Amino acid sequence: MTIAKILSSKWTKAVLFLACAIPFVRLSPPVLAALNALPDSVAAAISQNGFFVTIGPNPVEFITHYTGDWTLRLLLITLTVTPLRNLLNRPQLTRFRRMLGLFAFFYAMLHLATWAWLDKAFDPSEMWKDIMKRWYITVGMAALLGMTPLAITSTAGWVRRLGYKRWQALHRTVYFCGIAGVTHYYLLVKSDIRLPLMYGAILTVLLGYRVIKRVRQPKLAPRRAVAPVG
Amino acid sequence: MIIRKQPELRYSDVTPKNVYLNRRRFLGASAAALGSLAGPYSALAAPTKLNAVKTQAPFSVTDKETPLSTVTNYNNFYEFGTDKPDPGRNAPKWHVPDPWMVRIEGAGAGKPQTLDLNAIMKIAPLEERIYRHRCVERWSIIVPWIGFSLSALLKLAEPNGNAKYVAFQSYYDPKVMLSSGEAGIRFPYVEGLRMDEAMNSLAMLVVGLYGETLPNQNGAPFRLVVPWKYGFKSIKSINKISLVEKEPPTTWNIANSREYGFYSNVNPEVDHPRWSQATEERLGELARRKTLKFNGYGDQVAAMYAFMDLRKNY
Repeated sequence: MTIAKILSSKWTKAVLFLACAIPFVRLSPPVLAALNALPDSVAAAISQNGFFVTIGPNPVEFITHYTGDWTLRLLLITLTVTPLRNLLNRPQLTRFRRMLGLFAFFYAMLHLATWAWLDKAFDPSEMWKDIMKRWYITVGMAALLGMTPLAITSTAGWVRRLGYKRWQALHRTVYFCGIAGVTHYYLLVKSDIRLPLMYGAILTVLLGYRVIKRVRQPKLAPRRAVAPVG
Repeated sequence: MIIRKQPELRYSDVTPKNVYLNRRRFLGASAAALGSLAGPYSALAAPTKLNAVKTQAPFSVTDKETPLSTVTNYNNFYEFGTDKPDPGRNAPKWHVPDPWMVRIEGAGAGKPQTLDLNAIMKIAPLEERIYRHRCVERWSIIVPWIGFSLSALLKLAEPNGNAKYVAFQSYYDPKVMLSSGEAGIRFPYVEGLRMDEAMNSLAMLVVGLYGETLPNQNGAPFRLVVPWKYGFKSIKSINKISLVEKEPPTTWNIANSREYGFYSNVNPEVDHPRWSQATEERLGELARRKTLKFNGYGDQVAAMYAFMDLRKNY
């Protein structure tokens, strides 16, 4: 089977879907156990099983970091699809981009829900105070807001409705979301900035590729000859 | 790509485990034979039982104690990694230098001196005190510490009129610990207290917890515990103490003076610039608790700050 065939197979897409869901599957049963929503025997079995994450003594902190981490990872993976497609000359790769982006959005929603529910107990005034007062939350919220229209308009129907040019322009907002997401992470760590810097470096490469490509790309419109040839 | 460097373990290469275990048995036996007051104690010893007198209020709270496994696996000890589980994984591999010598010096010390651990263990009778411990990051634990008031140690150095502050320094060995660049804070870790704070009987010099000597990740072989201040003031693995005239530099204050002040008293009314300090996460509980001013030790310590603006002196 050729690589092109594997990339076009519906099974490859299914496998990738399962791979993206693994962090969620590893997380959710231990979360239910931490919320005392499971019988003790089931909770004990989950804690014994190495497949599931170990939430540790501070569940709110763990769940927040875990979902935030996966949001950023999937966002960066999504942004890798186009450069990889161009460099390897594999147009089939584009098929996976929407799913990866939607998974990034899915983990971002879990991240938001953790903050709103477990940290702020759905208190609107507390949440608003946090957004207005704390820069890293302001920036994180901006990234989330930026991702929302992209998730909604990710269907083929929306591409048609908007027209490809306008749809593409809208979806370039994802660059802003990536920058805001990494900035959000950088702003919140206490002192060990190695991980946010690593995410920042990867993002710089991915966005840098696009800038260079745009600068180097020959203009599409044919130039009118200044003087008749011949 | 940046990959976190695992500490190299030089000491364990030098001394194989069976050798130091034998040595420890030998040390224990000889100490018992000599009828040592403090009992067998070696800096290398794995958890050794300590006999301590249990104390009552105000030196002990009645809150439910945090399980030992949480106290030893959820730590901020940046020398051994910046994630909470890192010190519990990395620090046990560290061989605490033996003998452990502590220098007490400075312009304020009438009698500068060097003490080893055995001498420190004999300064005062060991007490078990159950303290609240509140981290600046908004989590808290309840720990049965073993030790005695810091003042007993400081009095040995006969503080004179120049002793306005006490400066502490942690042990640092770049061969087995993170570099400052990796951790993002300057090493060796330094902390300090004003003299009246240091002499307050709640300020505790800790040599153990839960009935045994301190696990490495909790600051072996001995540390400070200042229960009315955020946890980072309670410096671990101390090997130098100075009685000084001026307010000494402190590690987190050097890293970010806007976020971490010299005083850093637990105070629900003064926000950290990036989060509110009004509530806390008691480890093991899901619902947040209200944070108490001075971590609930106001009766013992509030008078020391009566004329200070705690918003300015955060």
